[in-house]
Amino acid sequence: MKSQLHTNFSRRNFLKTSVLASGGLLIGFNFLQACKPEAKMPVDIASLNFNDFNAFIKISDDGYVTLFSPNPEIGQGVKTAMPMIIAEELDVDWSKVNVVQGALDTKNFTRQVAGGSQSIRSGWDALRQTGATAKQMLINAAAVKWNVDAATCKASKGIITNANGDQLGYGAVVKEAAALPIPEDVKLKETKEYTIIGKDAINVDMDKIITGKPLFGLDYKADNMVIASVLRPPAFGQSLLDFDDSKAKAVNGVTDVIKFGDKIAVLANSTWAAMKGKKALTATWKDNKPESTENHDTILTEILDGNKFDTRREDGNVKQAFAKADKIIERTYHSPFLPHNCLEPMNFYADVTEDKVHLVGPIQTPQWTVSKVAKLLDRKVEDIHCEMTRMGGGFGRRLYGDFALEAAEISSIAKKPIKVIFSREDDMTAGTYRPAIKYRIKAALKDGAVTAYYLKEAAINGNMYGLIPNFFPAGCIPNFKVDTANYKSNITTGAWRAPYTNFLAYAEQSFFDELATELGIDTIQLRLNLLQNVKGTTDKKIEYSGQRMEDTIKLVREKANWGNVSAGVHQGFAAYYSHNTHVAEVADIVLKDGLPVIKKVTVAVDCGILVNPTGAKNQVEGGVLDGIGHAMYADFSFKDGKPEYQNFDKYRLIRMQETPQVAVHFVQNDKKPTGLGEPGLPPAGGAVANAIHAALGKRLYSQPFINQLKKESILG
Amino acid sequence: MPNYTLNINGEQRVVTADEDTPLLWILRDELNLVGTKFGCGIAQCGACTVHIDGAAARSCQIQVSVLSDIKITTIEGLSDDGKHPVQEAWKEIDVPQCGYCQAGQIMTASAFLAENNNPSTEEIRQAMHGNICRCASYNRIEKAVQVAASKLS
Repeated sequence: MKSQLHTNFSRRNFLKTSVLASGGLLIGFNFLQACKPEAKMPVDIASLNFNDFNAFIKISDDGYVTLFSPNPEIGQGVKTAMPMIIAEELDVDWSKVNVVQGALDTKNFTRQVAGGSQSIRSGWDALRQTGATAKQMLINAAAVKWNVDAATCKASKGIITNANGDQLGYGAVVKEAAALPIPEDVKLKETKEYTIIGKDAINVDMDKIITGKPLFGLDYKADNMVIASVLRPPAFGQSLLDFDDSKAKAVNGVTDVIKFGDKIAVLANSTWAAMKGKKALTATWKDNKPESTENHDTILTEILDGNKFDTRREDGNVKQAFAKADKIIERTYHSPFLPHNCLEPMNFYADVTEDKVHLVGPIQTPQWTVSKVAKLLDRKVEDIHCEMTRMGGGFGRRLYGDFALEAAEISSIAKKPIKVIFSREDDMTAGTYRPAIKYRIKAALKDGAVTAYYLKEAAINGNMYGLIPNFFPAGCIPNFKVDTANYKSNITTGAWRAPYTNFLAYAEQSFFDELATELGIDTIQLRLNLLQNVKGTTDKKIEYSGQRMEDTIKLVREKANWGNVSAGVHQGFAAYYSHNTHVAEVADIVLKDGLPVIKKVTVAVDCGILVNPTGAKNQVEGGVLDGIGHAMYADFSFKDGKPEYQNFDKYRLIRMQETPQVAVHFVQNDKKPTGLGEPGLPPAGGAVANAIHAALGKRLYSQPFINQLKKESILG
Repeated sequence: MPNYTLNINGEQRVVTADEDTPLLWILRDELNLVGTKFGCGIAQCGACTVHIDGAAARSCQIQVSVLSDIKITTIEGLSDDGKHPVQEAWKEIDVPQCGYCQAGQIMTASAFLAENNNPSTEEIRQAMHGNICRCASYNRIEKAVQVAASKLS
């Protein structure tokens, strides 16, 4: 992107414009800092170059618009939705917009991370502001050309019109626009004026995806690149004692074998040769405190039985409420570790030379990766250029750049451009797993109401609930307490789609279902009754909205024909707020030869303004099925520090014949949009567990459900 | 290493490779046809699905040495212009999320529909059961196969 001639800066909007040598206007902006009133320009504004921005709008002479989307695309649809927001305010014809993934070539970007369903929420204001500013700039340029007041001109679909009806396309004024000052105060559209936001836009990479064009990290190729297949310690905690690479080196195509840390990389001129070479390695390992699922189970139970906890929230007098209860219900819920299993296995390209470090690949956290690589190789951050590819799934796994660090280290030793490619077995056994967790929840019932709620969490490594004690049911129950404790393991754990809540939501929503049965009231009515207590709360820590949750629940109740379905259909309900979005789900189950078959899931979602309805629905549909699949089938265990599952022959992911139809309904409102990559998932397991109870009278206390159903001979 | 002549997407391609090299890696590494994806390497996920004489097959399990005189079609050769009815249906229904598995899904669906262009829902679900979509865009895949079937029948 070579620029020259006029350049203009806007201190307030962090925008810079320039006329391109190739013709057309380039507008660079920092998509988040643009709208932060407190933002301070870190360097002298005049010395900024386009590398200081992480997003660009290019308007060419022919009026075509290219948007460089700043956020990594992992399948959550932001590469389509974020440019839609800019295009809306820029007022261009969506069919004339081309979207390109921007590289990480900035030092001042803010949130170039895909995670936590936050891309749309955090970009909403800045992206609109940017589009509107660019539009005003073009209008001003046309007004100068016509010698009229800009206020008398309008723009729509890339055409500027003045009071006389004269028209100019955006492309015709780009050169002039670049020479004018950047407008500081622009008016944003009202929701009702939207023509792009709220309309279905298909995935911007659609044509490439359906014709098999290179898009993903695994597809990336560079001259002289070799493939690295890495042998890692087979058990967690192990270190490398010795290895023999003579057979590996004899494999056709293998070029080098490199030891780095406790790992050994086999480099070859083809992926197959690298994989074969790795299999031909023999190594001996030293054990260090190997852990097993059996031990974890005992340890987590001991933690729950003990009294060493951190209290995350405490309201009222829990002890007294339990002492006065008519009845106390206590249940324990268990979840296994979970691997992410992105379908595109982990991979990363690195070319480390004396001049620079070039990184390319699928990564959710490019900034973090660059800083870690800089530290690892003792290089300046400025010397490192990181390009993001489309990602074959993320689910949290690609937040962790371990594979990028491996690639950088191997390339720096081999002095060659290399790409690390994980096999499926590598991917499943060298994971950063969702940790195994146990919840013990206790409730006091008195006079037909829930008077106390006490949740204890025992987790491996991290404390999940530690970060979210102010979600439902906090604020709904007068006497409330959340305690957490953890066990430090040498098994690597981390975020997994809808961290903290992917399992908790099921445990909690299953528990409330049981409370409703105990109290003899409708399970949805119980939630609605509880939510009345949080409405109008003055507790600023409460994160969810009682009103929005209620509206969402009422919508699903209506759309699912709750309590009014045909004979033989059994329904289960769950509602959950996470990642700023309120979601309620009803699962419909029928029994076929006595076995539960999930037929349908009705979903209501409040995510504020819908940017791209088809993309939004896709996220929710997938989230629900993903949630059901993992709750039903996903098991993962360790023995002597080694994962007992390595590939999809044993590890079970949901497949088409097991999927219900998902019907998604959105609560209509004008609130700021929130993310959808995660929130559809958490309630799904609870809705299914509650429907299974409705159908079979069985309560499920551990995931995967299939294990308990098999144990009780319900599923063969 | 021996030479093999393969008939891929209507062209004769000569590759030099070890005889045990799976077609998947010949396509991706030797011929730069990267639309065929690697997912599991053990024929469990379907990401590497191609057509072998018109039938859907897992390219990770087929060794290069057994492929002479066999017609191989990959996603790149399914249509000249990306407008095979299955591709069109995928676009119409806006199926992909991350998109990684979709080439394999499309190859399975197109081979299936070539045999049966008026399938029942149950037949579609059965035919597509071998292809994993980790984003779980299954509802849309199912619908797109129905739409493609209506275009073909």
